[in-house]
Amino acid sequence: MTYVTPLTLEDALDALQRLGPASILAGGTDVFPALGERAPDRPIVDITRTEGLRGIASGPDGWRIGATTTWTDLLAAPLPAAFDGVKAAAREVGSVQIQNTGTVAGNLCNASPAADGVPAFMALGASVEIASDHGRRVLALDEFITGPRRTALRPGEIVTAVLVPPQGEALGGFLKLGARRYLVISIAMVSAVVRAEGGRVAAARVAVGACSPVAVRLPALEAALLGTPVAAMADRVEPAHLRPLAPIDDLRGSAEYRSDAARTLLKRLLLSLSKPQELQ
Amino acid sequence: MTDTAVTLPHPDATADQPVRFTLNGDPVAVAARPGLRLSEALRERLDARDVKIGCNAGDCGACSVLLDGEVVCACLVATHQAEGRRVETLTGLSRTPPMQRLAEAFLAHGAAQCGICTPGMMVCAHALLARRAAPSEAEVMDALGGVLCRCTGYRKIIDAVLDVGAAATGPGTGGIGGIGDSVVRIDGRPKVDGTERFGDDVAPADSLVLRVVRSPHARARFTLGDLDGFVRERPGLVMALTAKDVPGTNIFGVIPPFADQPVFAESEVRHRGEAVAAIVGEAEAMARLDLDAIPIAWEPLPALQSVADARVDGAPMLHPGRAGNVMCRGLVQRGDADDALTKADIVVEGRFRSGFVEHAYIEPEAGYAVRVGDRVEVHACTQAPVMDQEGVAAILGVSLGRVRVVPTAVGGGFGSKLDLSVQPFLAIAAMRCDRPVRMTYSRTESMQSTTKRHPSDIRAKVGATKDGLICGFVFDGDFDTGAYASWGPTVANRVPVHASGPYRIADYRARSAGIHTNNPPSGAFRGFGVPQSAIAQEVLFEDLAERLGLDPLEFRHKNALANGVPTVCGQVFEQGVGIRACFDALRPHFAIAREAAAAFNREAAASGDTRRRGAGLAAGWYGCGNTSMANPSTIKAGVTPDGRIVLHQGAMDIGQGANTVIAQIFAAALGVPLAAVSIVGPDTDVTPDAGKTSASRQTFISGNAARLAGAALRGALLRQANAGDDATIETGPEGLAVVDGAVRRPLDLSTLEAGGEGYALLVAESYDPPTAPLDENGQGAPYAVYGYAAHLCELEVDVELGTVRLLRFTAAHDVGRAINPLLVEGQVEGGIAQGAGMALMEAYLPGRTENLHDYLIPTIGDMPPVTTLIVEEADAHGPYGAKGLGEHVLIPTAPAILNAIRHATGARITQVPATPDRVRAAILEARP
Repeated sequence: MTYVTPLTLEDALDALQRLGPASILAGGTDVFPALGERAPDRPIVDITRTEGLRGIASGPDGWRIGATTTWTDLLAAPLPAAFDGVKAAAREVGSVQIQNTGTVAGNLCNASPAADGVPAFMALGASVEIASDHGRRVLALDEFITGPRRTALRPGEIVTAVLVPPQGEALGGFLKLGARRYLVISIAMVSAVVRAEGGRVAAARVAVGACSPVAVRLPALEAALLGTPVAAMADRVEPAHLRPLAPIDDLRGSAEYRSDAARTLLKRLLLSLSKPQELQ
Repeated sequence: MTDTAVTLPHPDATADQPVRFTLNGDPVAVAARPGLRLSEALRERLDARDVKIGCNAGDCGACSVLLDGEVVCACLVATHQAEGRRVETLTGLSRTPPMQRLAEAFLAHGAAQCGICTPGMMVCAHALLARRAAPSEAEVMDALGGVLCRCTGYRKIIDAVLDVGAAATGPGTGGIGGIGDSVVRIDGRPKVDGTERFGDDVAPADSLVLRVVRSPHARARFTLGDLDGFVRERPGLVMALTAKDVPGTNIFGVIPPFADQPVFAESEVRHRGEAVAAIVGEAEAMARLDLDAIPIAWEPLPALQSVADARVDGAPMLHPGRAGNVMCRGLVQRGDADDALTKADIVVEGRFRSGFVEHAYIEPEAGYAVRVGDRVEVHACTQAPVMDQEGVAAILGVSLGRVRVVPTAVGGGFGSKLDLSVQPFLAIAAMRCDRPVRMTYSRTESMQSTTKRHPSDIRAKVGATKDGLICGFVFDGDFDTGAYASWGPTVANRVPVHASGPYRIADYRARSAGIHTNNPPSGAFRGFGVPQSAIAQEVLFEDLAERLGLDPLEFRHKNALANGVPTVCGQVFEQGVGIRACFDALRPHFAIAREAAAAFNREAAASGDTRRRGAGLAAGWYGCGNTSMANPSTIKAGVTPDGRIVLHQGAMDIGQGANTVIAQIFAAALGVPLAAVSIVGPDTDVTPDAGKTSASRQTFISGNAARLAGAALRGALLRQANAGDDATIETGPEGLAVVDGAVRRPLDLSTLEAGGEGYALLVAESYDPPTAPLDENGQGAPYAVYGYAAHLCELEVDVELGTVRLLRFTAAHDVGRAINPLLVEGQVEGGIAQGAGMALMEAYLPGRTENLHDYLIPTIGDMPPVTTLIVEEADAHGPYGAKGLGEHVLIPTAPAILNAIRHATGARITQVPATPDRVRAAILEARP
């Protein structure tokens, strides 16, 4: 059994090549619960000391959120209003303890249907930067997550950053529904990032989580919002817009309830984003 | 590779490359296998036992420590990640004045009950206070939201954090510890400084480790492979244990006539998580052991997953002699219920269901055992040391005297730690080893294998006349008792006795049945089935009040029991019936709450707000002590030759406060300040049997024994001084003195011959409450004392989402006499939190919610303020009038919540938990 703490990305990729299937460890908030009482059965590559992976940088192409950036780092970062949704999601991730070690990228890599970060980053149009010995590639978030607990990450690859494109003057929001206040798995959650021009919607991205195997965008709703007066956004939500959802019955709620709740949450979110003082 | 990268090719290499960091300011180096959790390294390698482990998954926060000043769950940090960093735990932080102030505030507010979550809570609070000297309540909640507490209901924790710096004015500082003084709990200090020792904290360093192999199937036949060969092939493993290694009887159970549970299943398992074997070995080898690799051939069989399955004709029978899978039935009938219902003007009825509820104490079962000569000592967390001793002796096939049970501190029990868990495995292994053997249940193991609250399926019908009097009550409840009896018979007995609620019902018939299924064993959980039956009764009473157009409080008050009125068992109490006093106490609060809700709802309706508020009521009663059965407690006390007073207190304090309350009663009866009393125990070698911590019996029964012991010792001391009964006993460093009138006489006890235990004077007194058997119709005198309660719940429902936000509880409790009001409040708030969890979110589903991630209990953000109204209708049987309280608390909570949801929305909910989807569905159904 091996535990490697690479200090450079090159070393990290080299370790993955050498060691074969390994657990990439960052915040540990998913790795350790998945282990339960079992001892690790594969090598561990701890990337928390790997240079250049932590922190948020912005530039003309948008933002680069390094793979080991924690939710607490994200909350402390000065980010424009488009990130308000992702920040709201950050506050809903587990608890302060989880936010202090859990990483933004790890949440996406874990690919839980109920991952708080996924719909919030989908609404930002985020993509994922992946490194391997063969170089770098970038995948849109909805291409990266291929199913519940499944991603397009190949052996030998490491997610190095979450990339968020420029957002203009957009405003973001996020709502989560759970059965208790803290440390709770979502029954449903919604996120949206909306940009207005002259009081009308010029761009909108809307995503729903925990209501399908992977969080999804709602293209029909996004299309319907375009050109809509900002104050009327909430009224645009139609049941047909929710067709991409495929909610299931589980211990947290019935499929029917999830659809119903998702629609309510969407209307509320859009209403909250339509406050004139916030988006004009 | 970079030079400084840490690469450990195999576990043994860890010794060459220890991980170095600072722990509480001191540099440390620790050998760590790859992936070793920091929590385990801190506890097992560095002896930082103040770091608690409750779930190993980041769900409970008990292991919260500071890593470079930030709060983290140590169970989610690899030890190697601490390299070069700064780790601080409660122990280290306790050297700083801010943490010392926080500790004083925790003590003064009663913010630590069992104490298992306290280190995590305090570390989080410390981190918050370092950033914000005067945080808001919301900030306290956000900062502590990641730590679960199952005892306190969180409010006193919030109060303590908000009140740091003003601790001297906290409530828990009053008086000398007499009756009615809110003294700080006498065992509180170790809970707030990290030195309390729980089940997993006490094993000697050289202990072997035991792990249990459990069934992944609810029902299966199995064949064990060559376990001895498996052990031989693996260095570090010592032995395998199976049913054939049980030296005595491979059957145990808390109620001997129903004992049916094997230590190890022999050929067929009856529930998921049932033990089939155990492996003992060196700690490192056991940590690496993959239990799935153990050779066992499973043949899954169709499992009975519900009472309905178990009742189907031809369903497989779990236990011979229990036809139809009926474990036992209960019946109480009086008058003619059917006839009365035909005469009633209004009859309401309903079907009410509840599921498994998990105790979810934050301390999983843990302990160690060691052979000492021809005896075995078991050190473990428990609610019932003497029952453990009896159970283990039978399993080992040895006499009682060859088993010593030494309870550790208990990190929450709530009923489940009445049953044996780790003890038999440890005792069997220890008898065969020359070293101590330890084990700690994993969270999942604890949830799979220990008892639960019984799921219930109740049909009930209640009638009333137009003038608002109950006229006929019929109740029929099935309880899923799971694979083994445990305390199922108690549930079946208690429910029909209590299902009436604290009301006058002349014509009554209540039946219950405990039905076996292939679910985990249901057992004792705070209230023994009564919280379930109270939901049916109190929701139906709400129906009646509504149909009659009567105020819900006045309707209940009108039908409430009173002195001189027979209970449904025909028992007549001439004194001490306090339910009307509880309603009287609530009356003004209820009126204000209803008005406030109405005002809010008018405004909400006008503004299009989707929230609605409601105020709901429910009541409850609960008999203290065993039902129509002897359950004596004995308390022993002595005075040493140099005048030290020692109380041998065997009543298990599982956080509720027995150590303090029993000592307060004893000190009061003896006539000395509480501080003059030292406590010994519990330990079956040195403390007499004070019975189990169950049935809300310790304050009442052990309290009475303590009162008698105090009085007896007082008599003995006064006789030494030839003093009269009203003389006073003075305590001090120079020993005892008796002051009789103007004469002060120092007591020289050194002239008395000290007995074997070193006491100059020694007394032991017992108390057993007077009860009478129940006849075939359940008529008799099941309890000497009942306690009474009524709750008012105010809440807000988001009608579009079905989510419920609790706003406030007002809880009136007749405790007879509050020995320690601060501890009374602690019980009330903690019980309400459990009742709220049962009402709104808790659902144990075997195989699906076997962790604290999917099984939700209330967090600090879910508990509203609680106003406790202490009602003192003194009972002639109680010590200084005191009644029991622990279980009473959560009986009215869930129905009060359901009635408040109904008041807010019109939705009549009959199944708990009332999760958002169920509430939403009920709201849609209720709409015209």
